Amino acid sequence: MRKLFVILLVVFLSVSALASIKVGAILPMTGGVAAFGQMIWQGVELANELFPGVLGEEIEIILLDNNSDKVQAVNTARRAIEQEGVVAIIGQVISSNTIAGGTVAEENGVAMVSPSSTNPLVTQDKKYVSRVCFSDPFQGVAAALLAFNNMGAENVAVFVDVEQDYAVGFANYFKETALELGGSVFYEYYKSGDQDFTAQVSDAISKGAGAFFIPGYYQEIALIAIQARQLGFYDPIIAGDGAAVPETIEIGGDAVNGLYFTTHYDAGSPALTENAKLFVEAYTAKYGEAPGTFTALGFDTYLVVRDAIERAGSTDREAIAKAVRETKDFPAVTGIITIDENGDAIKSVAIVKIENGKFVYDTTINP
Amino acid sequence: MKQRTKTSLTLIALPLIALLLFLSQELLNSYYSRIITLIGIYGIMAVSLTLVNGISGVFSLGHAGFIALGAYTSALLTLSPKQKEMTFLIEKLIWPLNSIQIPFFWATLIAGLVAAIFAFFIGWPSLRLTGDYFAIATLGFSEIIRIFALNLNSITNGALGLKALPDHTNVWWAWGWLLVTVACVMSLSYSSFGRALRAIREDRVAAQAMGINVFKHQLMAFVVGGFFAGISGSLYGHWLSTIDPRTNTFGILLTFNVLIMIVLGGLGSITGAIIGGALFAFLSEWLRFLEGPMNLFGFKIMGMSGMRMLVFSGLFVIIMIFWPRGLMGRKEFSWEGLVSLFRRGDKR
Amino acid sequence: MDPKTLLQNFINGLSLGSLYALIAIGYTMVYGILRLINFAHGDIFMMAVYFALFFVTLAQLPWYLAAVFAIACAALLGFTVDRIAYKPIRSAPRISALITAIGVSFFLESLAVVVFSGIPRSFRTVFPQSLNEMIIIGGEMEVKYGKEVIIGGIRFPVISLITLIVAAIALVFLWWFIFKTKVGMAMRAVSLDIQTTSLMGVNVDRVIGMTFALGSALAAIGGILWAIRYPQVWPYMGFIPGMKAFVAAVFGGIGSVPGAVLGGLILGITEVMMVGIMPSAAGYRDAFAFFILIIILSIKPSGLLGKQEAVKV
Repeated sequence: MRKLFVILLVVFLSVSALASIKVGAILPMTGGVAAFGQMIWQGVELANELFPGVLGEEIEIILLDNNSDKVQAVNTARRAIEQEGVVAIIGQVISSNTIAGGTVAEENGVAMVSPSSTNPLVTQDKKYVSRVCFSDPFQGVAAALLAFNNMGAENVAVFVDVEQDYAVGFANYFKETALELGGSVFYEYYKSGDQDFTAQVSDAISKGAGAFFIPGYYQEIALIAIQARQLGFYDPIIAGDGAAVPETIEIGGDAVNGLYFTTHYDAGSPALTENAKLFVEAYTAKYGEAPGTFTALGFDTYLVVRDAIERAGSTDREAIAKAVRETKDFPAVTGIITIDENGDAIKSVAIVKIENGKFVYDTTINP
Repeated sequence: MKQRTKTSLTLIALPLIALLLFLSQELLNSYYSRIITLIGIYGIMAVSLTLVNGISGVFSLGHAGFIALGAYTSALLTLSPKQKEMTFLIEKLIWPLNSIQIPFFWATLIAGLVAAIFAFFIGWPSLRLTGDYFAIATLGFSEIIRIFALNLNSITNGALGLKALPDHTNVWWAWGWLLVTVACVMSLSYSSFGRALRAIREDRVAAQAMGINVFKHQLMAFVVGGFFAGISGSLYGHWLSTIDPRTNTFGILLTFNVLIMIVLGGLGSITGAIIGGALFAFLSEWLRFLEGPMNLFGFKIMGMSGMRMLVFSGLFVIIMIFWPRGLMGRKEFSWEGLVSLFRRGDKR
Repeated sequence: MDPKTLLQNFINGLSLGSLYALIAIGYTMVYGILRLINFAHGDIFMMAVYFALFFVTLAQLPWYLAAVFAIACAALLGFTVDRIAYKPIRSAPRISALITAIGVSFFLESLAVVVFSGIPRSFRTVFPQSLNEMIIIGGEMEVKYGKEVIIGGIRFPVISLITLIVAAIALVFLWWFIFKTKVGMAMRAVSLDIQTTSLMGVNVDRVIGMTFALGSALAAIGGILWAIRYPQVWPYMGFIPGMKAFVAAVFGGIGSVPGAVLGGLILGITEVMMVGIMPSAAGYRDAFAFFILIIILSIKPSGLLGKQEAVKV
């Protein structure tokens, strides 16, 4: 009896797929960076609700969870392309996963557009992988300008997460610019998942750090901030876009008030386009609060992919991929998006500050 | 059944399996055919662990460490110097690794040897410990290997890992090596060496009283297990095409997955290990539907992420409690067994 | 490193070590009586923290009640796990028990991922923040982050002091419980010989269940204190602390409760000092704990305060 049920179940599942245009969304819904994945999914979902169709057909989003894991990144990419037959992929979220999944996309000639992967290797020498966000060389410059020019720090302790490509790369770019600006930096190391940073913080304090820069992910950013304040470090703390989720404030509390970080977008910045206004309104109506960076990026990625399908005029993967690379001056939420021949988008960096437990927009650094 | 009949049956079966594999590659799409390859790789992992955990009764939790060693060794040997130049961003790869490139077969073999050597040096101090402590010690070593891989930027490229591994692994390499592994482990198992191992597993002290050198036997088994784990690592790395020392890829999760395989199939059975590996590979992919939105009779049910692992670990605990023998128990596949399975319909 | 930083790092290590010590006590207790490495110990720790979180946020209980309930629930969970998973294989070879323990550990972690989602949650708002303020030992005048006791310049969190006190209380309590009560005597008997003990009319299953309950309660206390210090709650949060607590327990002598405390403190201090002295080796931090474990196991498996056991044939 049970076997029969299982068979029926499988049959129903396969038959229930409606005729539609399938777009894959490969996101980390579980695992270490699930916070980003879930926010991006919110954005994608919202965009799908507001713009559900293209070329006269419905867009069906196939969500696959890569569990924040590289191996799964590859598997889900394969599954999406070969099993599900998607015409394009929104994903993946963190650079290491997008790089891994990207090889599959390249092999099969399917466009993969990342909402948030900032490492240059993601699009380097690739024809099908693109992104709608800025990349780390620029973010590193912005962060350095923030630290040395805007905040006037002199000796910065950079906390590098040795387990993440993103952090290592970002730190390097920061350091390059820092040295150009005449400042000095030194590294402190940690691993994703570490919870006790007291030794590194004490060390940084003893070396006379004028500011902390944490190009990592929010869990560690929050904990480092707490322990820094506890150990008597009251000088500026700066972070990168890994801090742009509400969890940073939830976990960090008082300690992260006064923390500045570089990010892609803030709801508080002046709305530049129609889509931006629409997005903020729709999101606030649905969820009752202001949207975050990654939600906006997810929203934008969906729009860009949809726009590419429209311009391609067909569901041919090659055509869509080409159209993605030809995106020009698309009025998105996080800015006017033009994707260049490398697959990169030229975007501005927003500087956001945490004040009284809220994200407050500060300024923008343009390329 | 006469030995001659058995041999002829085996000789017929092998080309048949080869034909099936060939067909699988031609007819199935790349997603499925890669899973068939993966089953071969899982098979090697499971069989090598069975030799250690199942047949020798030595509870090792360090398998992931040897697999990782194999993967990294072979990757460093098969990547071209130019690729290494591009991948090693933090620190340059040390000489002579940065200028070598050798064919896949030799790289895999060397990977196995490296893993075996490590197994020797790890087993030597650890095997003096009893059951629980040995398990934890091997777990410790496996984690140490992983953490070193994470930090030795000039050898392993640290957290960035190694990318763009050439796509050498295919069905033939995987199942070919599986055949070698099974042949080796089986011949060991059915020899006096294997009998000694089983004696040690059943009653260590009695075996010692019989004059068996417990330490030497266990160490040998551990090293052989490590060798094939290294081989599987090389194949696995080239199947993944990108390796990195993160917990999910080469950490305790991998060891746990292999444990699931051999417990499912039957702790102590070589055939069981292969079956367990196949089951695990299929279930892993098939259960994916639990995690995404499901269209059930027209309703959309939101799947829950992480369900797969929950099902697996739940299954694992249930099997351990109710069905510790697993599918095959300690029995192996035999032609006689197969025939008697059909014959049983006759006898009433 | 200048003396002030050295001392500060020592104190940092003491703070971390106090947590390891508390968790190690539970581990060593279960092992001492059952000879079972309960891999799931770290996960019960994790579950207890989630319980506390939900008692405060969903049930709106005041924090002290939430803590008590969470500890009780964790004890119940430990008891249940024993009943369901470990009891049926009591007579099976030790390897089976070990494998099952690993399975239970992964099961609890996966359960947490599915039910609570894998995103880290904050524990900051659960307990009064005054617990996380620092005692400044030494002459300092600024009043920037909470209340201080002024004797020096080195900072020591109040919560760590509390952890040390709790660990000391646990030590005394366990000593009294195991050596001065009937149930404790039954536990000691079970640790020597299960079969004979049951022949003596003792309900062995109940005693073992109680052992798990007690050990789990200790894990729960350790977990809640950990979460106050490091206010981040996620399904895998128990794995590494559990492992390190195990190392501490072995280091101090598995089966010896004072040994576990000693082991925990020493492990915490050496771990932090290692990172303090060699900041570039911070990535090797966890490997360090395992490394110590292997060395101890090779040289003196019975640990610092443990006794050598003869294996009866």
